[in-house]
Amino acid sequence: MSEKSANTEKKPAKSEAAAGRTKSAKAPAARPARTPVRIDVLKTYKLFVGGKFPRSESGRVYEVTDSQGNWLANAPQSSRKDARDAVVAARKAFSGWSGATAYNRGQILYRIAEMLEGRREQFTSEIAAAEGLSAAAASAQFDAAVDRWVWYAGWSDKVTQVAGGANPVAGPFFNLSTPEPTGVVAVLAPQESSFLGLASVLAPVIVTGNTAVLVPSEKAPLPALSLSEVLATSDLPGGVVNVLSGRTREVGATLAAHQDVNAMDLTGAASDAELAKELEVAAADNLKRVRRPDAAADGDWSGDPGISRLLAFLETKTVWHPIGV
Amino acid sequence: MSAGSSASALADVTSSDSALRRYLHGLPGVDTVGLEARAATLGTRSIKTTAKAYAIDLAISMIDLTTLEGSDTPGKVRSLCAKGSNPDPSDRTTPQVAAICVYSDMAATAKQALSAGGGAGIKVASVATAFPSGRAALSVKLADTREAVAAGADEIDMVIDRGAFLSGRYGKVFEEIQAVKEACKRPSGSGGEPAHLKVIFENGELSTYDNIRRASWLAMLAGADFIKTSTGKVAVNATLPNTLLMLEAVRDFRAATGTQIGVKPAGGIRNAKDALRYLVVVNETVGSDWLSPDWFRFGASSLLNDLLMQRQKLSTGRYSGPDYVTVD
Amino acid sequence: MTDQIFEYAPAPESRAIVDIAPSYGLFIDGEFREAAEGKVFKTVSPATEEVLSEVAQAGTDDVEAAVRAARAAFTGWSALPGTERAKYIFRIARILQERARELAVLETLDNGKPIRETRDADLPLVAAHFFYYAGWADKLGHAGMGPNPKPLGVAGQVIPWNFPLLMLAWKIAPALATGNTVVLKPAETTPLSALFFADVCRQAGLPKGVVNILTGDGATGAELVAHPGIDKVAFTGSTAVGKAIARTVAGTRKKLTLELGGKGANIVFDDAPIDQAVEGIVNGIYFNQGQVCCAGSRLLVQESVEEELLDSLKRRLATLRVGDPMDKNTDVGAINSAEQLARITALADSGEAEGAERWSAPCELPDSGYWFAPTLFTGVSQAHRIAREEIFGPVLSVLTFRTPDEAVAKANNTPYGLSAGIWTEKGSRILAMANKLRAGVVWANTFNKFDPTSPFGGYQESGFGREGGRHGLEAYLDV
Repeated sequence: MSEKSANTEKKPAKSEAAAGRTKSAKAPAARPARTPVRIDVLKTYKLFVGGKFPRSESGRVYEVTDSQGNWLANAPQSSRKDARDAVVAARKAFSGWSGATAYNRGQILYRIAEMLEGRREQFTSEIAAAEGLSAAAASAQFDAAVDRWVWYAGWSDKVTQVAGGANPVAGPFFNLSTPEPTGVVAVLAPQESSFLGLASVLAPVIVTGNTAVLVPSEKAPLPALSLSEVLATSDLPGGVVNVLSGRTREVGATLAAHQDVNAMDLTGAASDAELAKELEVAAADNLKRVRRPDAAADGDWSGDPGISRLLAFLETKTVWHPIGV
Repeated sequence: MSAGSSASALADVTSSDSALRRYLHGLPGVDTVGLEARAATLGTRSIKTTAKAYAIDLAISMIDLTTLEGSDTPGKVRSLCAKGSNPDPSDRTTPQVAAICVYSDMAATAKQALSAGGGAGIKVASVATAFPSGRAALSVKLADTREAVAAGADEIDMVIDRGAFLSGRYGKVFEEIQAVKEACKRPSGSGGEPAHLKVIFENGELSTYDNIRRASWLAMLAGADFIKTSTGKVAVNATLPNTLLMLEAVRDFRAATGTQIGVKPAGGIRNAKDALRYLVVVNETVGSDWLSPDWFRFGASSLLNDLLMQRQKLSTGRYSGPDYVTVD
Repeated sequence: MTDQIFEYAPAPESRAIVDIAPSYGLFIDGEFREAAEGKVFKTVSPATEEVLSEVAQAGTDDVEAAVRAARAAFTGWSALPGTERAKYIFRIARILQERARELAVLETLDNGKPIRETRDADLPLVAAHFFYYAGWADKLGHAGMGPNPKPLGVAGQVIPWNFPLLMLAWKIAPALATGNTVVLKPAETTPLSALFFADVCRQAGLPKGVVNILTGDGATGAELVAHPGIDKVAFTGSTAVGKAIARTVAGTRKKLTLELGGKGANIVFDDAPIDQAVEGIVNGIYFNQGQVCCAGSRLLVQESVEEELLDSLKRRLATLRVGDPMDKNTDVGAINSAEQLARITALADSGEAEGAERWSAPCELPDSGYWFAPTLFTGVSQAHRIAREEIFGPVLSVLTFRTPDEAVAKANNTPYGLSAGIWTEKGSRILAMANKLRAGVVWANTFNKFDPTSPFGGYQESGFGREGGRHGLEAYLDV
């Protein structure tokens, strides 16, 4: 035991850990001299569907590299059938999640933030590798992302109070408008901001009771796939968030055309106006609510997020009831 | 139509289909949230030490130990009878169960096995009337009942026609219960008591608490000796709130007519903790008058072994395990 | 077997989970200190009259020190970004959840209310309240009170003994979320949970001086609200004291919210869901021994169902389990103090003297401690004291009505206006009645429901201002 703990104390410094994954395979010499032949155990990245971690049914993977082109991992390349399964899982989870109390949903989102804090090093190194950032810059992205989860956690039981309200109709009627989640939302996460941008688009969708099929950044999917491990251990019911790495165009097209998807966030198609339009056209088939990419708003994720992303995936229900003894 | 003499105070409400409908629809409504909150509060009672020992034995004595499978055989029924007669071979102070509940074609086997195996005091309850769906001609249901009674069943667990109930044909349901009640009588000259009639609502299919309250009054007015939550064959069976509601109904029925009716939750009660919660609900809703196998039963199968394990825990201080109770 | 009765064996909650020190100081500027004048007073368990601890009695200098500490902390606390303030308050919420059992036991010991209530009602609501307001801290611009609302400064808060920790939560959570700092005085008879809360603040790493706790009596409270360094006064308690505070702050710039007494009407129509109405009546007046400002202390029942309802109600009251608050099966615990018991007793006696008919649930009361059996009066008229004055105990006055208009007239015929209940299966009647009732909270087919998202407060002499929900922010913002 004492041997072991002595070893762990001598693990590489933070900056080294950040790049550890790329280096370790070829640079065991960078390790402390006492463990010259220690080979890292590499993680197999998998999809996250219905609370489970399957491989792509297609058996396909694609190579994910860091900003210098070094190999990081093979990510699953999701297929049409993976998208289909994810939608089924999201639909199945919807009634329970939307029926949970707002307080409960808020606690779970806050729990996600708590669980993230404990994995700071892992995510910081993944963000650094994915986005080519310094450790400090990656750490700032991570901090902002955790705070973003906290920000949205707090909205769970407030958005109704801000977006809903009593309407003073001219007649003897009680009239109340309440926002409700729209259903299954397909989310194309931003391509550049692999973790902060991801939190910024995912949290507002699910906090109100929607369930999500998330397509993470195509070139930098690893932070999102690791986020799944946090989601899976934060009391979030299986199927509320489903993560499908792969080609944005391919998975996006399937989701846009899917008749059991209620809404779509096209943020991840920001750099491809043609794709965004194609997806919006396909989405019109069952009148999905579409949030178009917004170049002005979606570039910088560090600012005040406002509430537009919350409101984008809500329906307003108005209830009338007569008043009279 | 004539209601049982016990319900004569309410005879006029059953005088016609429309009178019956008006009466049932005039019963006070049930507020779902309030009912479930009350049941949940009672569910937090903490039953410890001597109270637990008392309640476990009481619960065992209230079990209708049940097997209702297509794969039932005389052998299976006989072993169930042995289990019910002698639930814990390692402790002879363990009470016997109240009844063995089987399909009508197994009633004779059960009767025989019980009287031969030291279970003469245990009743034989037979489901009848095209259990569990109740979808058969009345003549078939009555024949089913008569066969069971003739085979020696002490109790008949009938199902109501939920289709008729849900479409508002209360008179049909009422008359069917009366007819089955009639079929529960022993052949003239045999001198035996009529079989006790338990009327199963299938609460999961009635769906609303208002319906369950109406079904309770309907069955009691028609002469049910017991009202029973469910068959155990659908998704929602006995729950604490729907049993609480039925207990309120028998309480109010006795206040109105002087006649006491029993209650049997069935299906989904699998462990001692659950059973104790039901007994708390009985205790605090209708009181000690109903705390006996004559007035309250559990329709269950796996419940018995959990009660036995808890009983062993109380007497030895150690947690027991499934290998220390018999599996029949 | 059937001749036995199902008696519940004692199921006492363990006391071992809470460690009460023999004495406590005042919590000022992040640390405990003795009162400047060295005075102390004892706090007892009302169920046993056992002395639980000795706490400091804050005097003028201590009030001064606490206000100064809060003022000093205000600069940094109010300048902290909302996101960071939020995280402190979230921490407090989570620590309260973690320590819920300990605090529930403590509260039951010091207050006398049943452990079932502190465990299942008080503590979950306390944590939820902090959780809810934590989320507001970085969203104040969305609260509908202007784009960038500002805190007031130092809040002086005085709370009652009936829900010690919950009232603390109602006061402190919105104050902190909006960027104010706090000097809070818990009630004289229930100081302990506020002192434990100070320890929660320590664990949460809350900057010193943001929350200060001064224990003491009415004089301490009066000093606090009169202190010129206070920008905001929030008081929950009796209407008489509320009026005195209103006079004290008159002519100052102090913002004031008051949550005072009540004489709530619980109105039962003949088409009510009767079994649930009975539960609601019981919950309305016997919850927390009736020591609830929004209690449904006047039952207004439609004449056509009076007999049936009263029969059911009495039968139900006979099943209430009165006694040791630490027993998990106890429904009704001890009255909080000898003084309160005397007040309840005197008012109940006046009911009899004025000709109302008294009925008490058959129950054995313990020998030591302060106890009052659940009681109801029938034949009560609006002229009786027990129909007009707040009893603040487990005593229900039953009146009848014939028409909805009569029910409204009687329900509103009181200087108070905190709560009301309506029991009927007819939705449109609920809404029509609710429109006409002058009460800050109207419950329909339920009673005594609380939620951090839902504003609470009274009309008329039940006070002004709202606590809880989005509306609760206003009391702590300069809007």
